[in-house]
Amino acid sequence: MQVRNVESDVLIIGGGMAGCGAAYEARTWGKDLKIVIAEKANIDRSGAVAMGLSAINTYLGMRWGENTPEDFVNYVKGDLMGLVREDLVYDVARHVDSSVHLLEEWGLPIMKDEKTGKYVREGKWQILIHGESYKPIVAEAAKKAASEIVSRVMITHLITDSQDKNRIAGAVGFDVRDGSFIIFKAKAVVLASGGATHIFRPRSVGEGWGRTWYSPWSTGSGYALPIEAGAKMVQMEIRLVPTRFKDGYGPVGSWFLYLKSKATNVNGETYDTNRDRLRANYGAYADAKPMPTCMRNHLMMEEIKEGRSPILMHTQDALDTREKEEAGWEDFLDMTVSQAMLWASQNTDPKERWSELVPTEPYIMGSHAVNAGAWVSGPEDLAPEEYQWGWNRMTTIAGLFAAGDAAGGAGHKFSSGSFAEGRIAGKAAVKFLHDNSGLRTNLDKEVIEARKNEIFQPLENYQLGKQFITRGSVSPYYLYPNQGLKRLEKIMDEYGGGITSFYSTNSTGLGRGMELLDMLKEDLSLLGAEDLHQLQRAWELNHRVITAESVMRHTLFREETRWPGYYYRTDHPKIDDANWKVFVVSKFDRNSGNWSLEKVPVYNILRTE
Amino acid sequence: MPTFVVEARCKNNQKCVEICPSDIMQMDPDINKAYNVEPDMCWECLSCVKACPERAIEVRPYADISPLGSEISVVRDDKANTIKWDIKYRDSRKKQFEFQIRTTPWDSIAVNPVTSKDNISLDDQELSREPEMLLTGKELPKPNALNLKAGAV
Ligand SMILES: Cc1cc2nc3c(=O)[nH]c(=O)nc-3n(C[C@H](O)[C@H](O)[C@H](O)COP(=O)(O)OP(=O)(O)OC[C@H]3O[C@@H](n4cnc5c(N)ncnc54)[C@H](O)[C@@H]3O)c2cc1C
Ligand code: SF4
Ligand code: SF4
Repeated sequence: MQVRNVESDVLIIGGGMAGCGAAYEARTWGKDLKIVIAEKANIDRSGAVAMGLSAINTYLGMRWGENTPEDFVNYVKGDLMGLVREDLVYDVARHVDSSVHLLEEWGLPIMKDEKTGKYVREGKWQILIHGESYKPIVAEAAKKAASEIVSRVMITHLITDSQDKNRIAGAVGFDVRDGSFIIFKAKAVVLASGGATHIFRPRSVGEGWGRTWYSPWSTGSGYALPIEAGAKMVQMEIRLVPTRFKDGYGPVGSWFLYLKSKATNVNGETYDTNRDRLRANYGAYADAKPMPTCMRNHLMMEEIKEGRSPILMHTQDALDTREKEEAGWEDFLDMTVSQAMLWASQNTDPKERWSELVPTEPYIMGSHAVNAGAWVSGPEDLAPEEYQWGWNRMTTIAGLFAAGDAAGGAGHKFSSGSFAEGRIAGKAAVKFLHDNSGLRTNLDKEVIEARKNEIFQPLENYQLGKQFITRGSVSPYYLYPNQGLKRLEKIMDEYGGGITSFYSTNSTGLGRGMELLDMLKEDLSLLGAEDLHQLQRAWELNHRVITAESVMRHTLFREETRWPGYYYRTDHPKIDDANWKVFVVSKFDRNSGNWSLEKVPVYNILRTE
Repeated sequence: MPTFVVEARCKNNQKCVEICPSDIMQMDPDINKAYNVEPDMCWECLSCVKACPERAIEVRPYADISPLGSEISVVRDDKANTIKWDIKYRDSRKKQFEFQIRTTPWDSIAVNPVTSKDNISLDDQELSREPEMLLTGKELPKPNALNLKAGAV
């Protein structure tokens, strides 16, 4: 087997929005540093923005006095029911506008109002773009910034230093094209490997299984890599259940906010303004303005449960001009082509009739209206001591930074905030190297050798197992990655609060789910991979399972229903501020296999009122 | 619409294999032409369709939700920086759209290191080209008052 060694000062894992931002910023501060991006696909079209986007969801507009960072912190805090790291949110807010201006300078077309010259607002925080080429534009900057981009490498594990187990030393993975084993040695690592889909069974079935709202190649590497290396994680219990156009998964933001399309229940009644229904269980949170995303979901779910579905999006009332029709179609052609095709195949003209909306399956993310991810150190000038143990965005492993979906606690970063946070982490990584000059990293040969054997085992499992059967996919000796993935999705769906249980779970269900998950974990050593592509799928499944386990453990630990509309603990159906207005932070110990969970206080750092 | 490749048009240049984020456009070794090896892990992102210079890749919307008969075709022009969409409904209605994709030429981005003249340092909170790029004419915002007492809620 071929073995390759790649040494760098800064290794960036994942060249998505955050990773490209990190490469750009690390280069501007570290002219002579060796900066390497390790990416499992091709950064021109990788990550959640591969297809493009039609909006930038986080832009304050400070230059026109539209919003302040304090306004943004208040908004995010309200939307996430109080559990946010204000230091991180503020930090994203103050850097996001300059980051968007950079994107515009590079050539991203942002729509402008001809009269005022201001960006066209979709909503209070969102601006409209012609974003089909959003990703290749950002990738162009990253390609110029990085010393080397290693494409088509699936990073499987982080490696900590052999002399100092709590310091990063690099990562290992394999080349999905030629099968070589790659050892990345690095003094600092920025983890930007995205969020997680297919943790829960999607509504899609059969050939359409890959049509989830978030990209199917977001496989939990943003969580599994740091968890397995022993980094602390936060908010892994929160999951995003976005409301989307049924089956095509078209996003609704532009329709509600820009096109002013209305959604009703089957009787034509508006359902998402009824706060009385929320007060009994969720108290003062029911009066938050705007209504938190999860609560709007909750009201929709109540309609469905009580038989007033389908929920109808009245697009026919919104597309009254050619301009609006174009805006509606571009919204989907830029970022969810399936939705446009669904209309065409089903003879639905959105100008003439409504489409259905549904709450989707849950997703694990750190960049959207949720904030799961690594527990990271805050900015030096505004994080309290408890949130600050080193450099900005550094995880609890020295020299390992996180950004975008991989970094927890902030939320509402979206594409622009993830890019900005990548920049923050990229600069901090350079500062870390600067402050620790003379740093030496040491890799333990035995650890590396053990990883190598483990990584390629599925190829061997398949070769051995297939000798016993004639042909076909059924073997008692190995499990295909997609068979394992279906098992994972079913467990999480039925016991972790997915669609078939209508987002509900409780301690007995979680306990049973974790038993089944344990057996799935045992079976992962029997994954069989026919080729290198399937070997990538095998490791993606490993990462999803680790992510899922942390979701289950966090969900069990938090004994309340904090985010109705995302998930319900039926044994603790109310919000319990007295006991649970805290972060849940977890840590996995790879040697003992034990998890420890703790409560960490939430600080309201900014005096915003 | 998982993708499929029209055999007569595929010229084996592997552009689709290089770009597919899901790693599912691969070469059939027997005929040396590309195909979608795992349609149920296709996001219908059309990255491969846009990248194929021979226009050999087409789409047939996901069988489980889409009745047959509709068509979509897309031409992305990175000289004119536009993208053109042609959509044909199952009942033959047509829609056409054209959008801009970029305002500057490809390969025009410059990445310039911070220099001593920039007046910001690694110890500050400013990122490169801040505060100018905020376009506010002001410094990077700092919070008015901080409440850093442990346990504050
Ligand atoms: C359909 C859709 C609509 C959206 N709409 C909007 C919108 O309108 N406005 C907005 O601002 N945001 C929107 N978003 C959200 C935005 O895309 C994300 O917030 C953002 O992309 C997150 O950035 P990231 O860098 O953390 O992750 P990503 O951009 O997903 O990047 C992760 C990268 O890591 C790589 N990677 C993963 N695992 C590994 C591994 N093991 N080894 C090597 N590389 C790996 C991936 O290939 C990828 O390149 C939307 C997303 C989707 C999918
Ligand atoms: S890009 Fe087009 S021509 Fe080239 S291999 Fe793929 S399908 Fe064939
Ligand atoms: S549409 Fe996207 S996911 Fe599907 S084969 Fe093409 S590039 Fe891959």
